[in-house]
Amino acid sequence: MAARDRPPPRGGPAPVAAGSRPVYGRAVGSDRTVLDRGGLDALIVLLRAQGRTVIGPTISQGAVTLGELSGADDLPAGWRDEQDGGRYRLRRGNDAALFGYSVGPHSLKSHLLPPSLRLLQVRRSQDGTMETTDEPEPPRLAFIGVRSCDLHAMGIQDRVLMGGAHPDGDYAARREGAFVVAVQCGQAGGTCFCVSMGTGPRATSGFDLALTELLDGDGHRFTVEVGSEDGAAVMAELEHRAATDAEVRAADAAVERAAGQMGRQMETGDLRDLLQDNLEHPRWDDVADRCLTCGNCTSVCPTCFCTSVDDVTDLTGETAERHRRWDSCFTLEFSYVHGGEVRRSARSRYRQWMTHKLSTWIDQFGTSGCVGCGRCITWCPVAIDITEEVAAIRGDDGAHAG
Amino acid sequence: MALRSAPEPAAVDAATMRPEPWRVTSRSRETDDTWTLALEPTAGTPARAYRPGQFAMLYAFGVGEAPISVSGDVAAPGRLVHTVRAVGAVTRRVCAARPGDVLGVRGPFGTAWPQAGADDHLVVVAGGIGLAPLRPVVYRALGGPERPGRVTVLYGGRRPEELLFRDELDAWAAAGVDVAITVDRATPAWRGRVGLVTRLIDGIEADPARTLAVVCGPEVMMRFTVSALTDRGVAPERMHVSLERNMQCAVGLCGHCQLGTVLVCRDGPVFAYPDAAPLMAVREL
Amino acid sequence: MRTLDELLAEGAAFADLDAEHRRLIAGCAVNRVVADGALLLREGVPDEAFFLIRRGAVALEVSAPHRLLTVETLHAGDLVGWSWMLPPYRSHFDARALGETHVIAFDATCLRGKCETDPVLGYALYRRFAAVIVDRLQATRLRLLDLYGPPVGA
Repeated sequence: MAARDRPPPRGGPAPVAAGSRPVYGRAVGSDRTVLDRGGLDALIVLLRAQGRTVIGPTISQGAVTLGELSGADDLPAGWRDEQDGGRYRLRRGNDAALFGYSVGPHSLKSHLLPPSLRLLQVRRSQDGTMETTDEPEPPRLAFIGVRSCDLHAMGIQDRVLMGGAHPDGDYAARREGAFVVAVQCGQAGGTCFCVSMGTGPRATSGFDLALTELLDGDGHRFTVEVGSEDGAAVMAELEHRAATDAEVRAADAAVERAAGQMGRQMETGDLRDLLQDNLEHPRWDDVADRCLTCGNCTSVCPTCFCTSVDDVTDLTGETAERHRRWDSCFTLEFSYVHGGEVRRSARSRYRQWMTHKLSTWIDQFGTSGCVGCGRCITWCPVAIDITEEVAAIRGDDGAHAG
Repeated sequence: MALRSAPEPAAVDAATMRPEPWRVTSRSRETDDTWTLALEPTAGTPARAYRPGQFAMLYAFGVGEAPISVSGDVAAPGRLVHTVRAVGAVTRRVCAARPGDVLGVRGPFGTAWPQAGADDHLVVVAGGIGLAPLRPVVYRALGGPERPGRVTVLYGGRRPEELLFRDELDAWAAAGVDVAITVDRATPAWRGRVGLVTRLIDGIEADPARTLAVVCGPEVMMRFTVSALTDRGVAPERMHVSLERNMQCAVGLCGHCQLGTVLVCRDGPVFAYPDAAPLMAVREL
Repeated sequence: MRTLDELLAEGAAFADLDAEHRRLIAGCAVNRVVADGALLLREGVPDEAFFLIRRGAVALEVSAPHRLLTVETLHAGDLVGWSWMLPPYRSHFDARALGETHVIAFDATCLRGKCETDPVLGYALYRRFAAVIVDRLQATRLRLLDLYGPPVGA
């Protein structure tokens, strides 16, 4: 019996087919309501009044990034984006749509798994023993404008960081307290392939509220789907009305349109086995010639979760701290053990990233690690395209078994 | 928003995320660069139970943590024994700890060596410092409730001066264990064997069907040992190895210890050979 | 009391040889007991014999100024010495008995003569020794890696 046919080593969940959607959350009700633009502003203000830091898309350094919102005016009204391999541009659209672009380089992990975090403080006491002090509670968060791919990414990180025997306490606290307002995509980005991964463009669960933007002769408004009790409670405090049938149809049509505009596609059915059977495929040498091992892909990927810890002391040597920071499997030191690195070549490091994301993630955590957001394609300085790499390996599969 | 997708998470166990203070009670030098430390929990720190093969993250205040397997008798309550080789900043500091000093301990983590039964012939093959994670297996075999029918210990080291636990090896031999030792090179003052550890496998008479082999040492050594055992007819599932990768969090959250389809801190470090074979076969995996 | 031929037939060392060839080589062989510390082979001196260890152990040693090193130890069932096969037949190492050691000693000149006149015997014998050399070389290469040494770059 081949090793992959047997149940995964203990500790891991049973593998499921690549691309299948993790099931979580409440099913969305069929009743939809409508908030107008003022209502969206009121929503943000209400969430802030609840003591939350509200995070949503803003413009910064020529891109749509995640920043703090104090109201709907902070959203990037009228902006569009153009994305392709190694290319990201913003341009002005011809209307005041607040969500007329696709995902930028940031994802929720910037706030749920912060790039830098103090994990603990340890003090050395007189009798030589050590004492650890509790870390303060993390902030209560609200996210506005989360796309379906990123909801799935959050679910995937939930599984990695909370689904094992040792859940990450800080991540769990941030997740527990987070209020999620999703936005249904009305347009796809140039590098999107959520349809291939089964992660969008329609968000069906994992949110408290989901908005679909409508901007036409009847005004600028948002249909609202309630996804949780917390979402319903918040809606109860906002002025809203029932959606008309025409509005519901228009909202659904927008998402359908987005589904038809995907910039990329990837065949996922047998992806897990395909990659594990082709670990010595010459394509890895080909991509290694191009890959700079810069790690941009791991920075922008919404599911990449690798971190490192640094231990430091103050000058007196009496207080020590442990800090956690983002790390990347593309760094040379990442796999260092006993005087050498296991993955010395760029080839092995690219192979590690891609096979983990699309294949061994399934063995380790039960789902694929990829949500088809396209960020790695857009933000790669040399435009390496993960969908292209898969197609190339699929092209002569089996000729180069590992 | 209530937590989704994850099952009700277990309460975050302090021991797994925060170092707990243990005090060094004894320190003995094994070789030029290897020391064995015994630790006891300080007041208020629970005495956690470890199984042979498992490891702890030992914390040297302000310097960092290193994953070290237990190397003592796991049945002895309230006592943790670790044999540490000083190869980096953290291990050098840990090896310098003296009786009375406090180290941080997180654990237990990882998978354990299989338990041998009365019908088994337990064959322990150790290379270099690999004898340290295997010593608890021999202790358990000799002192535990179920004693294997036969125990053999094969140990290969670099030079006679670098062999660990010499006195104990003699004691085990006196207690009925078949002990065979070899070194890579020696001066003629050494009257024992000089040669590769796999030669020792040729020398044992064993029924492969009853052999339960546990192998620990440098990865190359484990590969050629498994090869030699396979030549003697031992089935893959009757062999276990201990794999090692860069471990930082030890709890499956930091991603460093990924090896193909597994996380070594969670699914290892002990693996049955059929699970380990594909992981050992691909370069730079 | 078994004959040399019977002894050779029992062990693994020449199990692959057919009975006639075994008889032939037994004709060049004699039982010997070597005292503790006595040399069976000496570095630089043409081998007059090779040995099959029946009981005891033999250490292969090399001496350098200020150092004496044991390269390998050989034990019951092992063949000691292969320089007899190829000119100039000079041993690379000292081979010294560790404790009183019982061996079967094979006269090199006698055997080389028989191999010359009977190439089929020669082929079988050289093939047997080729296997020994390959096995020892592979093991030596692995020991060369110094796997138990301090990690590189530590």
